[in-house]
Amino acid sequence: MQSVTDFSFLLVALAPFFAAPLAPWITRFAGHHAGWVLAIVPASIFVTLIGFIEPISLGGRARIGLPWIPGDALNTNIEFSFYLDGLSLVFALLISGIGTFIIAYSGGYLKGHPHQGRFFAFMLAFMGSMMGLVLADSIVTLFVFWELTSITSFLLIGFDHHRQAARRGAIQALIITGGGGLALLAGLVILAFENQTWSVAEMLTRAGTMQESPHYLAMLLLVLAGAFTKSAQVPFHFWLPNAMEAPTPVSAYLHSATMVKAGVYLLLRMNPVLGDTVQWQTILPAFGGLTLLTGAILALRQTDMKQMLAYTTVGTLGMLVMLIGVGSEAAIAAAILVLVAHAFYKGALFLIAGTIDRETGTYDITQVSGLFARMPVSGIAAILAAISMAGIPVSLGYFAKEEVYSLLADPGWREVPVVIVALVGNALMLVVGLAIAMKVFFGAQTQTPKAPHEGPLSMISGSLILGVASFGAGFVIHDFGRLFVVPSVTAVRDLLAGNHLETWHFAPLLLALSVVTWALGALAFWFLDDIRTQLRRLAGIWSWGPDHGFDQAMFGLIRSAGWITRMLHHGRLEIYFVLIFVALALVTLGPLLAQGLPPMPGIPYLTFYEWGIMVIALMGLFAVVVGRTRLVAIVSLGVQGFAVAVIFILFGAPDLGFTQFMVETLTVVILTLVMTRLRLEHRDTRIFEDVVRDGALAIIAGAGVTVLLFAVLRNPLDTRLSEFFTETSVALAHGHNIVNVILVDYRALDTLGEITVVMTAGIAILALIRLRAGGQRTGAGLAKRAPAPKKRAGRAIRTPAPGSAGA
Amino acid sequence: MSTVIFRTIAPYLSALMLVFSVFVLLRGHNEPGGGFIAGLIAAASLAIYAIAAGVVEVRKALRLHPLALAGFGVFLAGLSGILSAFVKAPFLTGLWVTFTLPDGTELALSTPLMFDIGVYFTVFGVLSTVALALEEDDEGSV
Repeated sequence: MQSVTDFSFLLVALAPFFAAPLAPWITRFAGHHAGWVLAIVPASIFVTLIGFIEPISLGGRARIGLPWIPGDALNTNIEFSFYLDGLSLVFALLISGIGTFIIAYSGGYLKGHPHQGRFFAFMLAFMGSMMGLVLADSIVTLFVFWELTSITSFLLIGFDHHRQAARRGAIQALIITGGGGLALLAGLVILAFENQTWSVAEMLTRAGTMQESPHYLAMLLLVLAGAFTKSAQVPFHFWLPNAMEAPTPVSAYLHSATMVKAGVYLLLRMNPVLGDTVQWQTILPAFGGLTLLTGAILALRQTDMKQMLAYTTVGTLGMLVMLIGVGSEAAIAAAILVLVAHAFYKGALFLIAGTIDRETGTYDITQVSGLFARMPVSGIAAILAAISMAGIPVSLGYFAKEEVYSLLADPGWREVPVVIVALVGNALMLVVGLAIAMKVFFGAQTQTPKAPHEGPLSMISGSLILGVASFGAGFVIHDFGRLFVVPSVTAVRDLLAGNHLETWHFAPLLLALSVVTWALGALAFWFLDDIRTQLRRLAGIWSWGPDHGFDQAMFGLIRSAGWITRMLHHGRLEIYFVLIFVALALVTLGPLLAQGLPPMPGIPYLTFYEWGIMVIALMGLFAVVVGRTRLVAIVSLGVQGFAVAVIFILFGAPDLGFTQFMVETLTVVILTLVMTRLRLEHRDTRIFEDVVRDGALAIIAGAGVTVLLFAVLRNPLDTRLSEFFTETSVALAHGHNIVNVILVDYRALDTLGEITVVMTAGIAILALIRLRAGGQRTGAGLAKRAPAPKKRAGRAIRTPAPGSAGA
Repeated sequence: MSTVIFRTIAPYLSALMLVFSVFVLLRGHNEPGGGFIAGLIAAASLAIYAIAAGVVEVRKALRLHPLALAGFGVFLAGLSGILSAFVKAPFLTGLWVTFTLPDGTELALSTPLMFDIGVYFTVFGVLSTVALALEEDDEGSV
């Protein structure tokens, strides 16, 4: 294994993260031209990566690791490491290359949007996450970037967060991909411990050992859960069409070209480690095939261009998973070709759909037609992309399709059904490509919400270049195969694959299968309107699906949360207190009764003034019980508290006594205020039964605490800690007051936590008081300058009146 | 509650209590006292002033919202912990600097002192927030 020693690809992975915080700032100065400026970032990444193509195609690999959590044991030695081989290079090139056009396109698409800068920042952060994901070597690094793509995708889908549908799509995507991410984490951790390494590169060197592990099935299912949710496989496919609520550049980039391929990337990466078993070769093609057919059929039901493209994306993802499941050298080569071809043509078509929407005001395919005269460049791009999607020679899509069909060269129980499913899927997806290229751009011109004309350069350049690339790559397919397909297959299969791709060749069987595909597709296209009507009628009959189920699950979750909250948090203070004191009595008395009561101490020997203080405390308590008004009771409680404070001082705890004094004072003040604030009755109005219940509870809980204290005092005190503090407080902490030294030095972290809690509680109390007071009347700032805002508010109401603005 | 005697004495009383709270705060490391108790005393002094003169007066005198003081306190305490990073010591390690003043007395400044001042402001701020907010409604619509 050759090694490429170049550290620049570390920067490649992280550069978008450096650019993201600058994006809003650049947008403020450059406006929508910021798209061109920021596109420099992915463009330079792309150019840097080009330098790696030649060495990687010769079998080189690069790895760089920075210590993250250094340590000796496996579970503590975690690196922040990256790894570049043929597979990650292809993905990284796609991400940065398409990303360049997407960023430039966003400049035009979101021109004048108030949050364009934020959008660029999210996009660049996503790009960095995706780069990190495909370049990651350490499993922890991989997982962190994996989750980052979910989070940035959430932000981007919900970008128009004032729309309910966008919020729903964002939450759905986050919950499904995030949930899958958790499963993936579990699977990857098992994998790491089974392999005794966190490095994917090292795992690849011992490919074939995991399959014998007793935990193989668990690992496989968990990893598949992560990959299937991310790559929208049935039954998790429904989040992807709903994610189309995102702005179109996001749909083109995340939900077609890159992020949804993360699951595919993971499966390719894990193929040597987890693949080549019956389970792998059964589960993947089954789910993939089902997803392919589901996506292709559901695509026909739609008339919204974005939805059609989204469902065909689901279908393509299914095809990729199916091919990876077969796992042979030819299947992997086919998967790589399908992946790249799809990224090109689907990216182009999404961008064109976005341009059409911006120019005509609609995504509906039945509303627009005959646009070619008005938008010729987009039209050419769309036709080129559709040719590739349809797999017409000699576009890139043609080779991808042939490569899939060439699986029949070695027909087995897997290959034949896979090819049949792929053929049907291809034919149905061809319909969508035709519909967008033909129906929209040719035929009679129709009236649209806006009068269309060609989009700006930033918007048409990306779709045109991607369209040309998806067609033109077929002419250089031999070099394309040598530089991209072969290194990827080499990385996945760990053997030097041969390159049989030639632009001009003739294979009768493959051509026949292609012709069948085209014929089927053309037939379906001819009857598209009828098929759509039938499918919609079917959908009307059977309306329940995973999408609906998701809503029901979320609704159920909220309902049960509400039910539990109402159960526990009913707002009746009395019951809270009863519960608290019953629990206290149980906790203190329960174990003591089980173990036997401690011996009662005898009457202590006390001086007369100590007795006097005890009497004062008891009198305070007596007054609490017999006090007629609540105010008397509160103050009497304070009397008892002061007596206790004096006892503390007498028995040598001045700090404690001191604090007790202050706490008692403030308790009385605040309790009094609360009482007046809540407008409680001045008198205690409890009925007799309640008095008995509360009194009994108070006595039992009090007895429990007393007995507990006796039980504690029965054992000799462990003085090691207090001795340590006494000895070291001056020497180590320069303080004579041990209580204070413990608070601010020895246990300062505890205190820091406590004061944070105190402050949070203060904020919460303030919020509650204001809430109860009914809004801003008693707001703190307002009390000071109450008159001014009133005047301002009055003016604000008057100014927008018509007429006065011009005056 | 607001008798003439109380209203006359309250400003002096609360001023005295505030000064006393600073005294208690600073002696805390070696004698009974410290940030927590001092914060309680300061909060009590404000409560007394508010009962005598009204919440509006107190807020005017404070200038800042008491919660801002609490936030400042937590910030100060956290900052005192981070300072130890500059000498490559673990978080919240106590650091001491001793100056000798012109008259020969030694003045010891330390991060635990800074931390204690943070505790003082937090306790003071939170309790004043609660007390003032509760008293505000007492006075009806001000």
